[in-house]
Amino acid sequence: MRPVARQSRRGFLKRAAALLAATGLVGRGPAAAVAADPPELPSWMKAPGAGFSPYGAPSKHEGKVTRTFARSQAGTTGSGAIRAPLEALEGTITPSGLHFERSHSGVPDIDPEQHRLLVHGMVKRPLTFSIADLLRYPMVSRVHFLECSGNSQLLYQATPPNLTAGATHGLVSCSDWTGVPLRLLLEEVGADRSAGWILAEGADAAAMSRSIPMAKALDDALLALFQNGERLRPENGYPLRLFLPGWEGNMSVKWLRRLKVVPAPIMTKDETSRYTDLQRDGTSLMFTYPMEVKSVITQPSQGITVQGAGLHQISGLAWSGNGTIKKVEVSTDGGTTWRDATLTMPVLARALTRFRLPWRWDGAAAVLKSRAIDDAGNVQPERAKFIAEHGSNAVFHYNAIAAWSVAPNGEVKHVYA
Amino acid sequence: MSTRDLAGVVVLIAAVGCARTTKVETPNLGKLATAAQIAGWDISVGPDGVGLPPGSGTAAKGAAVYEQKCQACHGAKGAGQPNDRLVGGHGTLASAEPVRTIGSYWPYATTVFDYVRRAMPYTQPQSLSNDEVYAVTAYLLNLNGIVGENDEINARTLPNVRMPNQANFIIVYPPSAR
Repeated sequence: MRPVARQSRRGFLKRAAALLAATGLVGRGPAAAVAADPPELPSWMKAPGAGFSPYGAPSKHEGKVTRTFARSQAGTTGSGAIRAPLEALEGTITPSGLHFERSHSGVPDIDPEQHRLLVHGMVKRPLTFSIADLLRYPMVSRVHFLECSGNSQLLYQATPPNLTAGATHGLVSCSDWTGVPLRLLLEEVGADRSAGWILAEGADAAAMSRSIPMAKALDDALLALFQNGERLRPENGYPLRLFLPGWEGNMSVKWLRRLKVVPAPIMTKDETSRYTDLQRDGTSLMFTYPMEVKSVITQPSQGITVQGAGLHQISGLAWSGNGTIKKVEVSTDGGTTWRDATLTMPVLARALTRFRLPWRWDGAAAVLKSRAIDDAGNVQPERAKFIAEHGSNAVFHYNAIAAWSVAPNGEVKHVYA
Repeated sequence: MSTRDLAGVVVLIAAVGCARTTKVETPNLGKLATAAQIAGWDISVGPDGVGLPPGSGTAAKGAAVYEQKCQACHGAKGAGQPNDRLVGGHGTLASAEPVRTIGSYWPYATTVFDYVRRAMPYTQPQSLSNDEVYAVTAYLLNLNGIVGENDEINARTLPNVRMPNQANFIIVYPPSAR
């Protein structure tokens, strides 16, 4: 054991500062500066650190970085969504524990040894596969975003939501997904390729189901087993999920247990009464699969105060379900002038792309916007144009430009501008 | 080598390259599923009625099932609260406050059977008998004025029920469909 240090004047001042910080009488800044500035040797260098842990966890100082803005249907705990805290994250990969979740009847506790995938319908040989079976199949790994088609739906409302970037846009995340190309299993069962569609069903209490076009299944659909190198998290489909790159999230059916090759869409609840987009004339768009080109500035954004005039870095995320981000333009004057942001490499198809731009703030009121353009030529629309075209009732597939106002005191708010 | 021959070689290389990338050997571990296994799991019902089981029900019978199993979440006679409203809303879809219900919005009656059977009641999914599901489906369609109180809903009649809003759905996949 180390001897107890004699109480010094410096140690007393440090404890007093810590006490004042704890009682909220002073800000964190000055107290931290006293402790860490040279020549003071920090306490964590004066004794050995903690031992090894079997599974790492974030620093205790980052405890506020959590999934946020959870909403569940009345009387339920697991029928709803919880969002990734985009404003607290950097880079492009979402930590698995912060990946957004949308579930329709909670997270099932699935025993992987009991779980089976059945592939049947218009096939030569209906087959079942265990998870152990699938782990022996040839796999591929791909970095892709996943976005709930209801992401940023609060921006359909007439007044700007008084919420953070994560709360409005956090139903998007990005992971390194590893799994078996669905095409391989369709070949093994002898699927009739003229069938056109595949019904995918999950093993949750909603038996969540969607009809998937055969063309997508044969193109780039994955039977995902791993997320960011480890097995899928339960809330993201453990032990097996369908993954359809670039398409609305609910089609990537979690806890996948059944694939039925069929001649036409089944017209499940989640492709008719939900996940169809009501237009202003009362018609509804159905089978709006790819998530449109989109971006959002995460630094600065609501809840983050810009600390004084001078040089800052604007940082944000862009993505497109229709391809690769080609360009992100940023405006700091509400859309009058635009500058190209730098895209962080590698820029991958159907993956989150990080953009950054230095910004010398003069301390006056400003409005920040970002506009993404993909390699198919799609341009993220202004909100007014988007609403004029689609109306305010569509609920899903909102992809218009988001704007943040910066007040002279540094406060950032969501605005329509 | 003529230009035409060269083109042929290019096509051949492309074909071989393609074959190499698409043909991946797999361990063939799938186990043949029996008809009984498939029947136990296959609960999907298409708009053509394929997948509907034997059984039947009427709105009159469905009212009792609804009151016991559904009303706590969906309100008396499908009026909603605390959860989704299931009845009414006709003529609201183009307004500022659209009310999407089975009657005003859902395009296919078979979806009601499919969804109730697989996911409802929320706390006890897949617990209703097929007759109960047919009866609740009949009740919800009747509350929306789509079928009569004593109309028998079964595998033959349900696919023929026309939903009022069906023609207002525009299919946009594939993109050329729009």
